[in-house]
Amino acid sequence: MKKAFAKMLIVFAAALLIGAPQAAQASDLKGDLEIFSWWAGDEGPALAALIDIYKKQNPGVNVINATVTGGSGVNAKAVLKTRMLGGEPPDSFQVHAGQELIGTWVKADRMEDLTPLFKEQGWMDVFPEGLIKLIGTENGIWSVPVNIHRSNVMWYVPANLAKWGVEAPKTWDEFFAAAEKLKAQGVVPLAMAQNWTANHLWESIALASMGPDNWDALWAGKLSFDSPEVVKAWELFGKVLQYTNSDASSLSWQQATDMVLDGRAAFNIMGDWAAGYMTTTKKLMPGKGYGWVPSPGTSGEFMFLADSFGLPKGAPHRDNAIAWLKVLGSSEGSDTFNPLKGSISARKDSDLSKYNDYLKSAAKDWAGDRVVGSLAHGVAANETFMGGFASIMEMFLKSKNPQAASKACAQLAKKAGI
Amino acid sequence: MREASRDKWKAFLTLLPSMILIGVFVYGFIGNTIWTSMTDWGGVGSLALDPQKNFVGLENYVDLFTGFLGGGFRQDLVNAVYYSVMLLAGAVGLGMFIAILLDQKPKGEDVLRTIFLYPMSLSFIVSGTIWRWLLAPQGGVNVLPKYFGFEPLTFKWLSSQSAVLVFNWQDILRILVSFVAFALILTGIYMLRKDQSKAIKRLLVPGIALGAFVWLFGDIIPDALFMEEEHGFNLATLGIIMATIWQYSGYTMALYLAGFNGISQDLRDAAMLDGASQAGYYRHVAIPMLKPITISAVIILSHISLKMFDLIFAMTGPDNAATGHPALTMYLTTFRANDFAKGAAIAIVLFLIAAMFIVPYLIGQYRQRGRH
Repeated sequence: MKKAFAKMLIVFAAALLIGAPQAAQASDLKGDLEIFSWWAGDEGPALAALIDIYKKQNPGVNVINATVTGGSGVNAKAVLKTRMLGGEPPDSFQVHAGQELIGTWVKADRMEDLTPLFKEQGWMDVFPEGLIKLIGTENGIWSVPVNIHRSNVMWYVPANLAKWGVEAPKTWDEFFAAAEKLKAQGVVPLAMAQNWTANHLWESIALASMGPDNWDALWAGKLSFDSPEVVKAWELFGKVLQYTNSDASSLSWQQATDMVLDGRAAFNIMGDWAAGYMTTTKKLMPGKGYGWVPSPGTSGEFMFLADSFGLPKGAPHRDNAIAWLKVLGSSEGSDTFNPLKGSISARKDSDLSKYNDYLKSAAKDWAGDRVVGSLAHGVAANETFMGGFASIMEMFLKSKNPQAASKACAQLAKKAGI
Repeated sequence: MREASRDKWKAFLTLLPSMILIGVFVYGFIGNTIWTSMTDWGGVGSLALDPQKNFVGLENYVDLFTGFLGGGFRQDLVNAVYYSVMLLAGAVGLGMFIAILLDQKPKGEDVLRTIFLYPMSLSFIVSGTIWRWLLAPQGGVNVLPKYFGFEPLTFKWLSSQSAVLVFNWQDILRILVSFVAFALILTGIYMLRKDQSKAIKRLLVPGIALGAFVWLFGDIIPDALFMEEEHGFNLATLGIIMATIWQYSGYTMALYLAGFNGISQDLRDAAMLDGASQAGYYRHVAIPMLKPITISAVIILSHISLKMFDLIFAMTGPDNAATGHPALTMYLTTFRANDFAKGAAIAIVLFLIAAMFIVPYLIGQYRQRGRH
């Protein structure tokens, strides 16, 4: 009995000894930290893992996880705007890297320059130079990227395709040929969901139709939106829509992915958060349970988007927020978060052994492919254009008029200053 | 005299706080929104602490009604009109019907009344979610016939793309003028019995002239747009209309039931003695007596239909042209596209439409009181 007590004491002392240096490392930050994001549901665990790391390093801080649900941040962004306009900014908020951040908050002079933090942490060397350009302007760097997503991916279930006797298409012509076969067997060729996924599909099709050079020229204002290239993209898009499910507008993106997994549909074009959903939530093996190819006509091209966090001016707990940003940019944070979220790290030195097969292939493509920015997810254009584009899409889904849609885009681009 | 003036002074002081508050928080904000709608507040830098705003007059309104990018808003406006009309007809009609049935004092009237009124207690976001499940393409209503051995329905309640009663927005001015002519002629015919010469001079002749003018020389009236743009009653809105009627017919039922109960039993007995049938009693006695209730139900329901937001948001999401509504577009324009000026303009358009219902009613009430 006494021996057992002594053993326990020793174990206890050892635990204290081991714990002590860690306790010394932990910061003495106090107060709250409010993190504003739209990562709820399937993406929630990834965020929770990051918060765990933060809590270990800063045990004194009370983390408030303020998530507002809604795919692609539709609701969260509106809530954020009312809060910022009302003078009540969160300590740190999620925002898509690129024009969505710069065109909205940086141009409005609401963000703090993070260049000193980037220099202090040595991030100037670990993040790719091209990415830093996209999240910065000549006046500074505005956010810490936590992940890279690919938007132009086509998903399918290999076993189902074998059953139906089709192959994953490399071009849209191949897709149309396969689609006829699928239709004859009563399968929806391409699953689509509510409006924003139509924007998502459009960008992949437009990239295939006009090529990466024209795509970049479009957003640089060097190619006009009513040019024949854009009209052709809308025409192709209209043709593809004929092969989508007619109840699209009432489905969420997960439901559209489910259609593929259930065998009601053959393909789905969605960003690679769908891989996270299929791996983490649906427990499917990449390569076996589900397969992927770049969306038709875009092999060798990587359409990217990135989630990032920034530091608004007047954040109530600035020090806590900076500690949070340090966790996000660290390799530990990055390699904990991304495998769960189903995305790749923005850092060049990420530990690929932690990632699954899909993510390894994405990381390889990220390093080698031609990189272009996504429209639907905030890299290519500012929010004025994105908001207007959503209503042009609504009208197109009804009228299917490529000429009118291109002209409307041209007017919108003028208004948005592209 | 001094006593009276002191009373007036006291009354004024008592009312003053509420006058100031209403002045600031109602009229002040309406004024501010009108001002915002006439500026170019939007786009890059619109969320700055001190954003740049320039006066541009009515440009935002012109854009909404005739601009290329206003197509979504125009469809929403058309949706809202059809939606209001169907909701009024459905909720008032169904509510009145249930009220008449319950007025027969069936067994368990109290329980039935509670059941019918119950949907009112749900918030729109909850009932919207319920109805979204019920109206899913492969669920709820559509699979109901299966339980009786029939084929399931395939109607796409919330995602149908087809529309009926389609018209071209280019013709909107012509349509409006014909509408005015029609209204003039109709009131003229109605007034004919009361004041013949006035009815003919003021209503019938101008009405017929206006109608003939549109019919013969309609081409003179300018097109509202430079290209064709078709809008109609989208079948996808049917599901949303059903859900709203479900939620609000209980409310009109309660109104009518209270009204029916307020009519004295003597009057009913008298009508019956004079040989009125059940139907006749309601048709000629009870319902005409409840005209004020009908009017207030119509006004309240049309306001509800104008501010409709959460139900549509829950049932079909923010981006769905087929079921869009100006209130939703206002929110998206303002807080997603950062176009605060245009959002304000949409708000003012909605405000004016709402005023179209309430102001004539208020004036009518005021005049009536003046007569006493």
